[in-house]
Amino acid sequence: MAYPAGLKYTKDHEWIDAAGDRGKVGITDYAQQQLGDVVFLELPEVGTTVKAGQSFGTIESVKAVSELYAPVAGEVVEVNTALKDKPEAVNSNPHDSWMVVLKFADPAELGTLLDSTQYDDLVK
Amino acid sequence: MEQVADAPLKKTPLHARHRASGARMVPFGGWDMPVEYSGIASEHLAVRERAGVFDVSHMGQIEIAGRNALEAVQRISCNDASRLAVGQAHYSGLLTPEGTFVDDLLVYRLATSHFMLVVNASHIATDYAYIAEGITPAGDAVAVDSSSRYALIAVQGPKALAVVQPLTGVDLASMKYYWFSRGEFAGVRGTVSRTGYTGEDGFEIFVPPQQADKVWLALLQAGAPFGVIPCGLGARDTLRLEAAMRLHGNDIDTTTTALEADLGWIVGWKKDDFIGAAALRAQKAAGVSRRLVGFEMVERGIARGGYEIHAGGARVGQVTSGTQTPFLKKAIGMGYVDVAHAQPGTALEIDIRGRRVQAVVVPMPFYKRAK
Repeated sequence: MAYPAGLKYTKDHEWIDAAGDRGKVGITDYAQQQLGDVVFLELPEVGTTVKAGQSFGTIESVKAVSELYAPVAGEVVEVNTALKDKPEAVNSNPHDSWMVVLKFADPAELGTLLDSTQYDDLVK
Repeated sequence: MEQVADAPLKKTPLHARHRASGARMVPFGGWDMPVEYSGIASEHLAVRERAGVFDVSHMGQIEIAGRNALEAVQRISCNDASRLAVGQAHYSGLLTPEGTFVDDLLVYRLATSHFMLVVNASHIATDYAYIAEGITPAGDAVAVDSSSRYALIAVQGPKALAVVQPLTGVDLASMKYYWFSRGEFAGVRGTVSRTGYTGEDGFEIFVPPQQADKVWLALLQAGAPFGVIPCGLGARDTLRLEAAMRLHGNDIDTTTTALEADLGWIVGWKKDDFIGAAALRAQKAAGVSRRLVGFEMVERGIARGGYEIHAGGARVGQVTSGTQTPFLKKAIGMGYVDVAHAQPGTALEIDIRGRRVQAVVVPMPFYKRAK
């Protein structure tokens, strides 16, 4: 699966789809492959603030639990509660399965993230 | 399962086949093993609904032979091997003097005075040392680690009989559960037993390592019309958990006795002395203070090994295995709890990373196949 050029990526295998002062956050195709069948998501409440690299939730596959890390600092302004009822969508459609929308504390932080080419090199 | 960081991983005779087939490989018990081929959930469902083929060649084989082989096995294995006919196998434990598990194993009676023990991959060396030492008082018996002489392939699921039968002259339909027979499989000499670790009907086939690939391919080819697929250790783990089969290292180990693990049925109470007998008899008389139970999550959440179990505001135990199961589609688990909380229907709380999540004790197994 190709990594969409419009997204930014972290070394922890999250992506962020930035638009203006906020962005949707999910995990990459590589991450879902490593996890295997996703069966459970634990997501934060709206209003939660997170630092870059801080855990904002957990994702569980049949075999393991993993943390979800915020790509940048910000406030959770939206949570994809529908995804909790169909967590397998993270496997089938990782780059469309957003988990939260973060309102950025400092949009300049986006510059520290990887672009799709750099991320592709990382997971090759 | 602990790993020795610098030791190179061992490979089964089917290792190259797994790699070539695109399986996801992980270190397990010192071996580089396939954890999944097409996905744990799809492999799990294939075994429940059709059949799956597993490479379990990492399992160890230790043979005990000699005039006093029966006495030797009776000493180190807690089940009563005198009840085994030639051609029959049973589940048993290799216990410490305290009645706890060095390992769990299957005992095959190959001949009157020749037994084969099938043990867990990560314990082959320690088991062998323990057995070799443990059998010395029995007299004329010798233990040999013959693990490298066998590849082991499991075919598990309702279609297992239909898949394996055309490849062998052994009459599998009339083979009873936990019996075995010598024979040819896809032209390869070996041994087949009606055993498994999935809760389904199925067979485990021992063949020489050099010919494992031939048998593996023949099984997959014979299984293709039935939708049979290769499966990894991930599905093996979720399948065995649904069937409430204990996993050594998780659910049983050197800190848990056979009685606490609710495995009193594998203890040969009528036997003479065996390692662990005195401790188990004393514990049986006094009663256990904790017991392995099955539970099901009532609220959303997945219990995992090591999580604390609470009830009535107090800590009452610990989870040993847990997952979201692909077939039952429930979050289930096993764990040790104080006996006061071991009855089915008892409300428990699992501490899931700081959150108390409701669960309830349920009878085991979680899944039982229709006969």
